Amino acid sequence: MAAPKKAAASTPQDKTNGGSPPEFTKEQELKALRDMLLIRRFEEKAGQLYGMGAIGGFCHLYIGQEAVVVGMQMALKDGDQVITGYRDHGHMLATGMEAKGVMAELTGRRGGYSKGKGGSMHMFSVEKKFYGGHGIVGAQVSLGAGLAFANHYRGNDNVAVTYFGDGAANQGQVYESFNMAELWKLPVIFVIENNRYAMGTSVSRASAQQDFSKRGLSFNIPGHQVDGMDVRAVKAAADEAVAWCRAGKGPVILEMQTYRYRGHSMSDPAKYRTREEVEKVRHDQDPIEQVRNRLLAAKVSEQDLKAIDAEVRDIVNASADFAQHDPEPDASELWTDVYR
Amino acid sequence: MPIQVLMPALSPTMEKGNLAKWLKKEGEQIKSGDVIAEIETDKATMEVEATDEGTLGKILIPEGTADVAVNTPIATILADGESAADLAKAPAPKPAAEAPPAAAKAEAPQPKFAAPSAPQAVAEPDLEVPAGTEMVTQTIREALRDAMAEEMRRDADVFVMGEEVAEYQGAYKVTQGLLQEFGAKRVIDTPITEHGFAGIGIGAAMAGLKPVVEFMTFNFAMQAMDQIINSAAKTLYMSGGQMGCSIVFRGPNGAAARVAAQHSQDYSAWYSHIPGLKVVAPYSAADAKGLLKAAIRDPNPVIFLENEVLYGHTGEVPKLDDYVIPIGKARIVRSGSHVTIISWSNGMTYALKAADELAKEGIEAEVIDLRTLRPMDTETIVNSVKKTGRAVTVEEGWAQSGVGAEIAARIMEHAFDYLDAPVTRVSGKDVPMPYAANLEKLALPSAAEVVEAAKAVCYR
Repeated sequence: MAAPKKAAASTPQDKTNGGSPPEFTKEQELKALRDMLLIRRFEEKAGQLYGMGAIGGFCHLYIGQEAVVVGMQMALKDGDQVITGYRDHGHMLATGMEAKGVMAELTGRRGGYSKGKGGSMHMFSVEKKFYGGHGIVGAQVSLGAGLAFANHYRGNDNVAVTYFGDGAANQGQVYESFNMAELWKLPVIFVIENNRYAMGTSVSRASAQQDFSKRGLSFNIPGHQVDGMDVRAVKAAADEAVAWCRAGKGPVILEMQTYRYRGHSMSDPAKYRTREEVEKVRHDQDPIEQVRNRLLAAKVSEQDLKAIDAEVRDIVNASADFAQHDPEPDASELWTDVYR
Repeated sequence: MPIQVLMPALSPTMEKGNLAKWLKKEGEQIKSGDVIAEIETDKATMEVEATDEGTLGKILIPEGTADVAVNTPIATILADGESAADLAKAPAPKPAAEAPPAAAKAEAPQPKFAAPSAPQAVAEPDLEVPAGTEMVTQTIREALRDAMAEEMRRDADVFVMGEEVAEYQGAYKVTQGLLQEFGAKRVIDTPITEHGFAGIGIGAAMAGLKPVVEFMTFNFAMQAMDQIINSAAKTLYMSGGQMGCSIVFRGPNGAAARVAAQHSQDYSAWYSHIPGLKVVAPYSAADAKGLLKAAIRDPNPVIFLENEVLYGHTGEVPKLDDYVIPIGKARIVRSGSHVTIISWSNGMTYALKAADELAKEGIEAEVIDLRTLRPMDTETIVNSVKKTGRAVTVEEGWAQSGVGAEIAARIMEHAFDYLDAPVTRVSGKDVPMPYAANLEKLALPSAAEVVEAAKAVCYR
């Protein structure tokens, strides 16, 4: 069977409904800009540190997809939980976890969120309700449904936001979880981050149903396609989904049409797509540039935007500095935390 | 010739049942498919259908009779033209050993919980039980149910989920009555979706609940293996101790009877390989209760391996408000000085029977019930071997990379100089479990093999 040609470089928003999403206030725009910039600069720095050998193993960068987590997080309240797969640095920063602790975990130091024992793919913060950071593709979907199960069991109105990619969306346990989530009306938002490539395999080569918002249809789970490059569209969809869950109506699927600029991981040869495709998305749809341009059009000064840049760079540089100078975990840590 | 109706078996492991009710009277016409009687066990009730046509000639076992052995003739059916006078011609019942369900059990020795019948057997006193404690006789099934019920009363975060645990009352009736007491919120029937509900249970545990996840059998838990190992066992470590998972996975493990390769596997070695998991495999009713309560309270993921063959067996359970046995402690069930026999779960059946046999030949075996496989109570094993100088391990699982192999290695590491003979393993044979009754019997360990191994290490 001949492999299909590379997917045509259709832009993510080609598939979404026309019409602009609700406008943000200036404060919301500024917050979105700041939070997305923090993720981008953090990931760029992580890429550099990886290149220098300071970060080992696997390192999956989130650059290009920032609007998804930032927009989702803007719709959440304290107590709502977040769980995702291995491309998780952005999610952690969005939930308010400290850049220092995340970066130090990437470098395998004792000040990392997991004391250096988890690494890029395995970080958690009970305080910030971030439940990982999971390295097995699709496993977080059942776990996220379990977080929602706990909310339902306790009778609170918290929502579990469960992120996974277009690749994970083909795993069997995703559908087992869909079934139980709808059967038991669990308050879970399944956010499918469709960045169009599962490692090196495009959606068109891996998915019989490429409209991921329809993946819950046979379970009666409502689904929506969302322009995941526009933080306002993400926030608007998240608001609706969160309200649906809090009202006890069960799960929702949000397909976020997004794009990752970097490779699957740092060792990705990127032979499966053209440089032009990546450049076109970057140029036409970059989530950060969209906000910056709107702010400039609204007469926010370059100066003010530069101040945000500077603040973010300081945080990232401080985190990199800490992550390179913090000691490795004590040898005795080898034996701790197996049981409690 | 009149046809005999035999007491049927509801399951491959059923040995006897009660004849609850006759629905046809003597002299009534019977068509094939008619329900003629109801029988019941502690697990279930079943209707007995006639497979032959004729007249119900004579009821041999009156209704209300308890403990009727499988394959006992319960009635005779007269064919057309036959009369009561022909009843005498009914064929003699077939010997039980020829009937498939009974044959599978023919060799399986009965465990002896209730009666410490062998006078020479001196069990280590149970430190958790004060002297003079009243004992109640319970099946292991009931002991497990009580453990869950007590923990659910004690802690609102404890709930039970799994296939058929609620309305059906448990595929093996271990969760009987829980739905009635605790309601559907805390006793949750799942779809047949092991991977998914294991993950949901673990997620709920990460959020602070204390799930008891029942697998209908551990054979099906292979579907959920990734969640159990990668999510439940490793998260505490990967999170630097920040986030763990207090969860129990329980259900029958190992061979039942006549269910063949895919339903007859012993996973003791699989789970006990994994740091981050605790693995418990009790043999007695008292241990089943005290250890399940401990497992539910444990802040770590615990694999609780039960055994279908043992569910119906009874034992003495201390009547205490809160009977909890610490995980990780083996128990010397019978003391002896010539050879140490180490086993757990249903392996103890072979071990104890063998010890009885050996005693007749003047060999006093010390029998250790490990009870917990991880963390393993190496100290109790090593101390015993230092005394006896010889050791035999007994397990239903395969020998390669098995628990017996691990025990042998530990004995070598810690008591090499005390050994008078190589440690010997008695295990399941290195084949998938066959279906045929005779082959299945050969594939499992036997008391005879344990006796043989014990004599060999004693050079007798």
